[in-house]
Amino acid sequence: MSYLEYTVKHVPSGPRKILYLNWPLALLLAAVACIGFLMLYSVAGGSFSPWAEPQMKRFAMGFVLMLIVAMVPIWFWRNMAGVAFAGTLLLLLGVEFFGSVGKGAQRWIDLGFMRLQPSELAKITLVMILAAYYDWLPSHKKSRPFWVLIPVLLILVPVAMVLRQPDLGTSILLLAAGGGMMFIAGVHWAYFAAVIGAVIGLITAVFQSRGTEWQLLKDYQYRRIDTFLDPASDPLGAGYHITQSKIALGSGGWTGRGFMQGTQSRLNFLPEKHTDFIFTTLAEEFGFIGAFSLLVLYALIILFCVVSALANKDRFASLLTLGIALNFFLFFAVNMSMVMGLAPVVGVPLPLVSFGGSAMLVLMLAFGLAQSAHVHRPRQGY
Amino acid sequence: MKRPRVDVEANHRLLTRRAAILGGVQLAFVGALGARMQFLQVDQADQFRLLAEENRINIRLIPPARGEIFDRNGVALARNVPSYRIVMVREDAGDVDAAVDALSKLVTLDPDEVERALAEMKRSAPFLPITVADEVSWEDLSRVSVNAPALPGVTPEVGLSRVYPLGSDYAHVLGYVGPVSDFDLERIEDPDQLLRIPRFQIGKVGVEAKIEENLRGKAGARRVEVNAAGRVMRELDRREGTPGSDLQLTIDSKLQSYVQARLNGESASAIVMDVENGDLLSIASAPTYDPNLFVRGISSRDYKALTENKYRPLASKSVQGTYPPGSTFKMITAMAALEEGLIGPDETVYCPGHIEVAGRRFHCWKRAGHGWVDLQNSLKQSCDVYYYDLAVKVGIEKISAMARRFGLGERHDIPMSAVAQGLTPTMDWKSRVHGQSWVVGDTVNASIGQGFMLASPLQLAVMTARLASGTAVTPRLIKTIDGIEQPSGAGPSLGMNENNLRKMRRAMYDTVNDRRGTAYGSRIIEDAVRMAGKTGTSQVRNITAAERARGVTRNEDLPWERRDHALFVNFAPYDDPKIAVAVIVEHGGGGSKAAAPIARDITLQALYGEEPPLEAYPTKDRDRIKQQQQVLRGIQPVANFAGRDQA
Repeated sequence: MSYLEYTVKHVPSGPRKILYLNWPLALLLAAVACIGFLMLYSVAGGSFSPWAEPQMKRFAMGFVLMLIVAMVPIWFWRNMAGVAFAGTLLLLLGVEFFGSVGKGAQRWIDLGFMRLQPSELAKITLVMILAAYYDWLPSHKKSRPFWVLIPVLLILVPVAMVLRQPDLGTSILLLAAGGGMMFIAGVHWAYFAAVIGAVIGLITAVFQSRGTEWQLLKDYQYRRIDTFLDPASDPLGAGYHITQSKIALGSGGWTGRGFMQGTQSRLNFLPEKHTDFIFTTLAEEFGFIGAFSLLVLYALIILFCVVSALANKDRFASLLTLGIALNFFLFFAVNMSMVMGLAPVVGVPLPLVSFGGSAMLVLMLAFGLAQSAHVHRPRQGY
Repeated sequence: MKRPRVDVEANHRLLTRRAAILGGVQLAFVGALGARMQFLQVDQADQFRLLAEENRINIRLIPPARGEIFDRNGVALARNVPSYRIVMVREDAGDVDAAVDALSKLVTLDPDEVERALAEMKRSAPFLPITVADEVSWEDLSRVSVNAPALPGVTPEVGLSRVYPLGSDYAHVLGYVGPVSDFDLERIEDPDQLLRIPRFQIGKVGVEAKIEENLRGKAGARRVEVNAAGRVMRELDRREGTPGSDLQLTIDSKLQSYVQARLNGESASAIVMDVENGDLLSIASAPTYDPNLFVRGISSRDYKALTENKYRPLASKSVQGTYPPGSTFKMITAMAALEEGLIGPDETVYCPGHIEVAGRRFHCWKRAGHGWVDLQNSLKQSCDVYYYDLAVKVGIEKISAMARRFGLGERHDIPMSAVAQGLTPTMDWKSRVHGQSWVVGDTVNASIGQGFMLASPLQLAVMTARLASGTAVTPRLIKTIDGIEQPSGAGPSLGMNENNLRKMRRAMYDTVNDRRGTAYGSRIIEDAVRMAGKTGTSQVRNITAAERARGVTRNEDLPWERRDHALFVNFAPYDDPKIAVAVIVEHGGGGSKAAAPIARDITLQALYGEEPPLEAYPTKDRDRIKQQQQVLRGIQPVANFAGRDQA
């Protein structure tokens, strides 16, 4: 069903649209953001500055942005997908020359009122362009090699540019989100099996060749991989964060130490306590119950998105909403795995909780798109 | 363009299926995250909580205030004064050189001290605080405190520092404290946690070392919350320690200062002891040094100067040094013979200046001989031949046994370093140690305190005190610990014939007060404080037959280290003995000339408790003594410690 089939009268119009928003989803987002404010207040030692207050302002801005985006019909966004994607690529190219490098490796452009990270924007526009592509592509063509190659290139171009920054975390997320989109769109499973097989084969070859005559990497590269995969082997270097983070988490126990009673994160045992490692503060102060509650909230956000997507008869809207949900999932899954010592440390923030402007605004923009899809879904008998 | 309805439906079914698969994967992952959370936060919570506490809570020991030391009248001899120092933790400082550089812009640093601190930092664990500047002023300290944020790893600390107000007067008695060394830690079994505090000061020698357990006290502790950099954020709780016990010594600081001043310039030692209760009123050794130098860590130049000085300032000669007691030993030989009943009344011996024993000729110090001498005269004039004769009759075993009853050859239990045992030889000892059998010539030598016989000034003072009191008095240095009186040194009767003892005391009285006595020149003319004593001159070289034929070289013509030791022991007042004194002047020449005048001055000072009136001295000495007193008044102990000027 394409947008041409929409009958305008089947869709709410004017200010009435606001009643048809996916309100449970909006409330869930606000709830998660509030947890973020609490944690930022706590890590600042019981103070709204320097983190909690700007974060609240940004969330308010983001929420308004989400509403505005939601009010705009979804078919407009579909038409914008190509422009947005091209714009993102230009911005990515721009930061190569004009961007500044922050503490990590993410490059941003200073817009005056905020710092824009084109790599964050890329997560959304990539999902948009892929959703639009598969909405446009006749379904019998979607598994043909040529029509598979096009989305692969669409994914690899921004991935390569982000990797150059070099922001490994974001490029992995982009790759995973793009691959996920192709999977959802129904590309033949054999392609995925082949790629996964090839990757496994390559990894095996790299490791099997170690110490033999035909070893594929240099010795120091292997050592870097070792510490990357097993930070515990370097407890005062790479492993320090993970060890301290596990200690903070573990010491929370069932119920935690209580609000503002966390010691590990506040006493600077943890780096990046207000950004990538903020989850440890939550886990320490509110224990398993608090940490698990946040996980449940995240899962509910995904669930509401998926339900909304599957109920939507519009292919672009479905794909877009599922892609946004997948992106969101990748965000918190990678961050939590990293903090809990399941994954190597890559700079990925905890969505809506970690301090950071760009990520927050881009996320709210994405949920605005999901809301727009929800509001403007084709209805029968409206 | 319109798509077939079927195509749309099929597409949507496929999308739903794929979305469900992906959703399932996501759900599984969320489940895994939840399980991991549960594992870390519930299953392993205890372990991590413990680690967190270790991370966060540090137990810091509070060093207790070390016990202070006073003399018998309450004059402070060792005190604690607050001292400020700046410490640096290598781990937190990062670039140590840069940190030192930054610090040196704020306070003046001693380059030697910095060099030592840097070396120490390299050696020790990275998280241990190392002192970079000691005894900094309050102004410097506040400047560092204010700039603390710009000086990572640098913290100002307040501590107590040991000072010895009377410095060099007590160097040998008190010893000094210093930072615990690895060597100390190895020696001590099961060391106190306190000793792990960097630069914690413990007694190194002397009373400070021997009474360490009492002086140190018990550590307090404070639990502090620290951040990752180790900086203390807040104190959680605090348990004060127990300060060390205060000590009171039996030493009379006024007398001690006088004795040290009197010995100044000599290589000498002196002991003043109460004959009744054994209180050591003075333990002096010269030359001496300033123990305050050691507290801060003595410079290698100063230390070298001390070790290379041929007068051995570091040695506590009064208790560590052992010397042939020479003629001061004659009372023992005489007592051994008297107690054995080997000396009949009015028995005399003819002294021709030498005696043949077992084919060897033994000389009297007086070449011409003393003629007929009885017991009193033999002691008064210190006739050697008389004692050679006695020795052959009594035998070494009895002589040595008598010496031990008088406290020779015994390590007296006073809390000073390396208290000497001396030596009272026996036949058995010689065959055991030297693998040779005892010959009668050894006995002859021993009878006048030469040969194998060795005694320390402390032992000679004990011997004299026992002669004077007739009791087995033992020396005592610690009067009170924490205000609790320590056991007195008063002993039971020696169980010797009082008549014999009286004869000895009388002979010693004559030695000093009889015109022909060897110490007549050092008599006291004030009746109430008259003293009785015995001179001694112990050879440190063999006089060959050839030299004797030529004429014995006079002491003054010999190099210092080959001259005779000068000894004098005495007790006073004669009528009611109160104190016993032993003086040894190393290589001082004759006892009557070098040691007896010192002993007299000390005796008078001790009995008067202040500078004695000139009337106590023989008329012809008074001018000289007056001058000497003026000189002595100007001699002050050396004591360099921070804050001295403010005190």
